[in-house]
Amino acid sequence: MEYLRPRTWSDAVALKTEDPSVVPINGGTDLMVEINFARRRPPALLDLSRLDEMKGWEKRNGSVELGAGVTYTRIIEELSTELPALAIASRTVGSPQIRNRGTVGGNLATASPAGDAHPPLLAAGASVRAESMRGARDIPIGEFFTGPKQNALEPDELIRSVVIPAARGPRQFSKVGTRNAMVIAVVSFALSLDLEERRVGTGIGSAGPTPIEAVEAQAYLEQELEAGGNWDHRRRPAPEVGERFAEMAASAASPIDDVRGAASYRTHALRIMAGRTLGWAWDEVVERGGEGRRQCW
Amino acid sequence: MTRTARAGGAGARSQTITEVRDRTAPPLGVGESAVRPDAPLKVLGRFAFASDLYLDGMLWGATVRSPHPRARILSIDVSEALKIRGVATVLTAADVPGENLYGIKKADQPVLADREVRYAGEAVAVAAADHPETARRAVEAVRVEYEVLTPLTDPEQALAGGGGPIHPGGNVARRVRIRHGDVGSVRPQAEVVVEGEYRSGVQDPAFLGPEAGLAVPDGSGGVDLYVASQWIHDDRRQIAAGLGLDPSMVRLTLSGVGGAFGGREDLSVHIHACMLALRMGRPVKMSYNREESFFGHVHRHPSRSRIELGAKRTGELVYTKVRLILDGGAYTSTSQIVIANACYFAAGAYRVDNVEIDGYAVYTNNPPRGAMRGFGAVQACYAIESAMDRLAGALGMDPVELRIVNAIEEGSILPTGQAVDGPAPVRELLEHLRDLPLPPDEPDGSGGPGRAPDLRRLPGGVGNTTRGENVVRGVGYALGMKAIGFSGGVDDYSTARVSLSIVGGAPLVEVYSAAAECGQGIVAVQAQIPRTELGVDTVVVRPADTLIGDAGSSAASRQTWMTGGAVQAACGRVRTELLERAAVRLGRPPEDLALAGGAVCERVSGEPAVTLAELLGGETVEAVFEYHHRPTEPIDDVNGQGDAHIAFAYAAHRAVVDVDTDLGLVRVVELAAAQDVGKAMNPQAVEGQIEGGTAQGLGLALLEEVQIVDGHVRNPSFTDYLIPTILDTPPMNIEIFEFPHPDSPYGLNGVGEPPTLSSTPAIVNALRDATGLELPGVPVRSADLVSRAGSNGADQAPRGRRT
Repeated sequence: MEYLRPRTWSDAVALKTEDPSVVPINGGTDLMVEINFARRRPPALLDLSRLDEMKGWEKRNGSVELGAGVTYTRIIEELSTELPALAIASRTVGSPQIRNRGTVGGNLATASPAGDAHPPLLAAGASVRAESMRGARDIPIGEFFTGPKQNALEPDELIRSVVIPAARGPRQFSKVGTRNAMVIAVVSFALSLDLEERRVGTGIGSAGPTPIEAVEAQAYLEQELEAGGNWDHRRRPAPEVGERFAEMAASAASPIDDVRGAASYRTHALRIMAGRTLGWAWDEVVERGGEGRRQCW
Repeated sequence: MTRTARAGGAGARSQTITEVRDRTAPPLGVGESAVRPDAPLKVLGRFAFASDLYLDGMLWGATVRSPHPRARILSIDVSEALKIRGVATVLTAADVPGENLYGIKKADQPVLADREVRYAGEAVAVAAADHPETARRAVEAVRVEYEVLTPLTDPEQALAGGGGPIHPGGNVARRVRIRHGDVGSVRPQAEVVVEGEYRSGVQDPAFLGPEAGLAVPDGSGGVDLYVASQWIHDDRRQIAAGLGLDPSMVRLTLSGVGGAFGGREDLSVHIHACMLALRMGRPVKMSYNREESFFGHVHRHPSRSRIELGAKRTGELVYTKVRLILDGGAYTSTSQIVIANACYFAAGAYRVDNVEIDGYAVYTNNPPRGAMRGFGAVQACYAIESAMDRLAGALGMDPVELRIVNAIEEGSILPTGQAVDGPAPVRELLEHLRDLPLPPDEPDGSGGPGRAPDLRRLPGGVGNTTRGENVVRGVGYALGMKAIGFSGGVDDYSTARVSLSIVGGAPLVEVYSAAAECGQGIVAVQAQIPRTELGVDTVVVRPADTLIGDAGSSAASRQTWMTGGAVQAACGRVRTELLERAAVRLGRPPEDLALAGGAVCERVSGEPAVTLAELLGGETVEAVFEYHHRPTEPIDDVNGQGDAHIAFAYAAHRAVVDVDTDLGLVRVVELAAAQDVGKAMNPQAVEGQIEGGTAQGLGLALLEEVQIVDGHVRNPSFTDYLIPTILDTPPMNIEIFEFPHPDSPYGLNGVGEPPTLSSTPAIVNALRDATGLELPGVPVRSADLVSRAGSNGADQAPRGRRT
């Protein structure tokens, strides 16, 4: 196995173009497991872990551009305000050692339906910045996941960063696992309420071949919140609205039975999580309702 | 009489670190928390485990395993594998030099499968190459042609005679029948009868150090094997047979063992590495990765128990009737003994005069099951303790009170007819737990108004699944009982050599035995005993190997008793020799003298009379002792009667749980344990055993299950086979009782297994208390705790107190 360690981002992009079969590695928390168990034998590894260009984040025009090499630990420590759901999700990733190594870029590259970062990115309406010698492009997160462990990257592309709108309202993430820590999601759910644009975002993990956006549930809730004046008055929606939203969110999933849980349990849990996260989100809205609307988030 | 060792998990751990750092602290004798010599190395990551073994020029072995649970082998083609550069050899059944069958109790498992495979993961061929990756590629290049057969995976079907014989003698490995009193005639006297069926899943020992060993040919046809094991002498017996060598030509040295829990009683890499090394004339190392490890050792038997209890309205048991079946998988391993042990304790630690127990261990095409901490008593305890709570419910009686009413005492007659000798402080354990204050409610995990919830204190943990919505609390109790040491007529013994000499002007004791240190602390105990017996601080425990006599297995909670007994008695002989020499030199009767502080002293005044250095000069005093426990007998085949055991040990738990009834997520709030250990030889190590056993029981209750579908393991990884993390493991309020045992060294009793018994049913009884659900099987899954998955769990009416 060849091991390539580019010194700069542009060297990395050039190497990937030169030989698209090289496999990028950053934290290695997914890939090294595959290699150790001989499930994958990449012809060459492209080590991105020392590229400073990927390790930063900056906030611009209301969005955070998060370098693909930023670890979960740093997200928890540095971005809990701008990206609260992603920070909650990051806290559920693996062990402290894994969080010190693992990155959102790697999570996206693996594109597992259980990837913890994916539901918050879906709910926030993020986009993935991919780059090759041919140029850079932004892939909307809703188009990024194309199948189980498959994504929309071209063979010569690398993930440079993820552009994530910063929170303009409450964001929540909830994950059910079979253990209280260090666990792959049995099912997960993310919710984002954008109080300025009056948009609802959702993301579902581990309940289908890819991470899923509950599009109809979002539209329903947006409509009800508008009709009920809830956006305007920062008023909690009626319980039946929450229940209907939760049911619709659950029905957006297409889970399977596997070693981590049964499909029926996943659907059931999803409904509970959607209902609860919506309640918590409105708790925040109500608690912070007295503050000036603009300063809220 | 009692020792209180209260330890919140974190408190106990920080104490450990303090002691390790305090290098000026004196070495400690029996009954004190002497620091284990391996502890600092393990904490710092510097301990050499078997997987760290290395020799220049060694080859790496790898194993070809069957993908099918049942198949005939039509052909094996190794030619492509041998073409790979760096591959030294590939061996199959035809290359096994000796007997191609091995087994700890019955030689029925092929070293390499011959003509037939009986479980998915069975070893078919082994390869050696100059690099582990090359060896793995060689394994992938071996072409095995199979005729796939329909596997027999249902133990009830196996018992009923269906599915075709897996072994020539049929599919029942052993039937155990115990008859005591007359259930049939007393049945009408029972005023309340409960029946229930209970199931337990396949638990993996999940030791952290996967199987590994290094075989080194000696150039004269023999071989030295460095390996992680629980019992190197029995390994040697089996290896020598497989290699067709005299046992004297096979020498084993215990390598660093990263946990065992029963899973290292059976052979893994042993014969394979030796075969490859002898064939190539070069050292060969084998080291499984985590996935292979799931197929490299036995698991805990899954069980199905049907229990009927009849009682008076007072709670007094009238009869107990149990039928239990263990799925032993494809080969015998220790199944016959595990089923016997399950049956011995199927009626629990209760006085009951009329008992019928029928137990069966059967063969299936599932992976082999064998020894695991608790050894059948875990499954039995889970079932009977579940049944006792059901009976308490039917009687409207407090579950602790019901247990106390029926608790055995010294002199009680067990279902096997044996009278309980030695202390049986069951009532004391239960009363202690009952009287402990309950932990405070933590309704929303919050530290106060306006503070963010501490998710770690809520079911679901950092997954952020609840802020207290529909979280209910439950409390559950359970009691466990198990025999200590080898039972049923086995002549159980251990051998130790103790020598005392003067090195650099100071006395040095060397202890030598073959006792396997698996992490339980036997090395420290072997050093503590001579400090107490000989008054010498500096004690070196030699590595365990087969050049000394057998120590027996580090199993059955027996090693501190047996090897401790051998070391104590050998020390006694050394002491006698020293005092006799001193008596001659000093002109005093030896009875007036004692050993302390590296000297012979006046017994009464304690004044040193002569130092050991002066007494011995350049001489060494040495003694070997073979310690046997008292004889036992097997139970008979007809009624299962017999004095089969030397001792019994007891533990009890109280579990407090919070359950999110909507999502079925659980937080174990507290696990309080009470255990009689006779004498805490090393209190810190005893606490460690109780904490570890309790956590392993928690794993069985809530998390741990090797999932097997049609004979195929679905989750052979620590990603999907989950063991408790520190966030899943609650503070443990541990009470250690010391009622001296009459027959044992220092009055000690076995410690390692009992806490694993009662932890599981205590937790499940607490879940039942919280939810009102029956919960027949462990591990309890989230979906089991959602009363009607798919409906809204909010309208159920849990029996537990709502928080």
